[in-house]
Amino acid sequence: MNDENYPGALAAAKKGWFSSHRWLMLRRLSQLAFLALFLSGPLVGLWIFKGTLAASRFLDTIPLADPFILLQSLVTGTIAGSTALLGGALIAGFYLVSGGRAYCAWVCPVNIITDFAAWLRLRFNLQEGLSLNRNNRYWMIGMVFLTTALTGSLVWELINPVTMLHRGLVFGFGLAWTIPLGIFCFDLFVSKRGWCGHLCPVGGFYSLLGRFSLIRVRADGRENCSNCLDCYAVCPEPQVISPALKGENGQGPVITGGNCTNCGRCIDICAERVFSFGSRFKTEYR
Amino acid sequence: MSERRESPEQASSRRKFLLETARSACGAALVGLGLGLYGNRQAMARPVYTMRPPGALPGKKFLAACIRCGQCVRACPYQTLRLARPEEEAATGTPYFSARQIPCELCENRPCIRACPSGALDPQLTDIYKARMGLAVLIDRENCLNFLGLRCDVCYRSCPLIDKAITLNALHNQRSGKHTLFLPEVHSKHCTGCGKCEKSCVLEKAAIKVVPLELAQGELGHHYRVGWEEKAKSGQSLIPEQLDLPDRMPDFTTPITPEWKP
Repeated sequence: MNDENYPGALAAAKKGWFSSHRWLMLRRLSQLAFLALFLSGPLVGLWIFKGTLAASRFLDTIPLADPFILLQSLVTGTIAGSTALLGGALIAGFYLVSGGRAYCAWVCPVNIITDFAAWLRLRFNLQEGLSLNRNNRYWMIGMVFLTTALTGSLVWELINPVTMLHRGLVFGFGLAWTIPLGIFCFDLFVSKRGWCGHLCPVGGFYSLLGRFSLIRVRADGRENCSNCLDCYAVCPEPQVISPALKGENGQGPVITGGNCTNCGRCIDICAERVFSFGSRFKTEYR
Repeated sequence: MSERRESPEQASSRRKFLLETARSACGAALVGLGLGLYGNRQAMARPVYTMRPPGALPGKKFLAACIRCGQCVRACPYQTLRLARPEEEAATGTPYFSARQIPCELCENRPCIRACPSGALDPQLTDIYKARMGLAVLIDRENCLNFLGLRCDVCYRSCPLIDKAITLNALHNQRSGKHTLFLPEVHSKHCTGCGKCEKSCVLEKAAIKVVPLELAQGELGHHYRVGWEEKAKSGQSLIPEQLDLPDRMPDFTTPITPEWKP
């Protein structure tokens, strides 16, 4: 890691370790905090979120529900109860503000696993491996809806790694640990950022919300870009950077791609302070 | 066709696009095939030992509505309910209980149903005694102590609807010739399928078990009318009360066997 070409070395030298890892640490903190808030009930009897990421109640009053699961239920011809619908609307509204796939980067427990695999890849300089099309996640959404409609049962939830891992943590794993382990091995040995970046239909669904979401990463300081490519190296969805950073004819400086997870790693890693969080509106802040 | 020649780059990018699309479609279709077969198998399964919580929608409707959040499990004060793990019989992530381990205590304030956000546990089930989680069946009449002539009665005594869902029918003990058998009988009109009888059965393995309704119940032919019920419904017999059948006596004027002539 002392290699000066290693992504982040430049930023760490220029801005210091803390400010080149700020959003990363905040994000890990947020992921662990969400786990802790779900686990405090079963472990010590302090109920903050009761349920799982599929649906829960916050402080035993406010219902929350994953809109993607409600859509799957709708595809079978079932209209969920009003409590679940209200919960789904609250979650959809929350991510319309905070940035669709912010769910992936700040809440989803699978991200910790796939980020670890990506970090190992970077650390040991592994080949990219199997190249998948990033649009596969939308094909997966289609596949989920089709199989759900044909079987009349929420079949995706039998294997969904997101709910599987979270349910395992909150209610006990059984053999459910095999799926997150499979995802980890797939991401590490088969395809770089294979699951979250190419296949996961849950992330695909939140990326559709992200196309309209308010909070976005902006490249307001793009004229300072030194073309070091560190942001591309650490970004889980590097295709969203170019239009904002290098876009011409009025493109940019906002990252508008729905697949940006608002993880903020590019903000950390940039020695020239090109990126920052802001709104999706074009107004220049500086 | 050859009017507007496309450049080699255009042709190759179109080729690439078509190939990518076909690749994605194939991959998604394969995953979908596997998932569909696996999921359908799980959805079709009728596990006998897994009971759904009270108010659960029937069969596949439940699998379409339940979003696997586990709030009913948390709401259950007796830790009766659990979420199915992948290696277990019930569809992964759905709530169930095993009556022999922990039966349903039939809480009158229905905490599990009120906790359910999706409606998979029907909120219209306001009277817990109307729940039909299954039906108790005295399945082993050879080992049931009451059938052996003893006064065990434990299933009968532990039934929350004693004398309604389970009654004891007195019958002469043919074996001893002088005692009475008190045979437990379950009545589907009242049995909720809570499983307290199965839990309390004193045998090593329960002689009385709660099984899914579709397994426990037969179905009368739809044309079939039970005479005494029809009579009660209409207030009178549907046919004349005293049916006077013509008296037929053997006719002795003709020989019973005609004379045999070779």
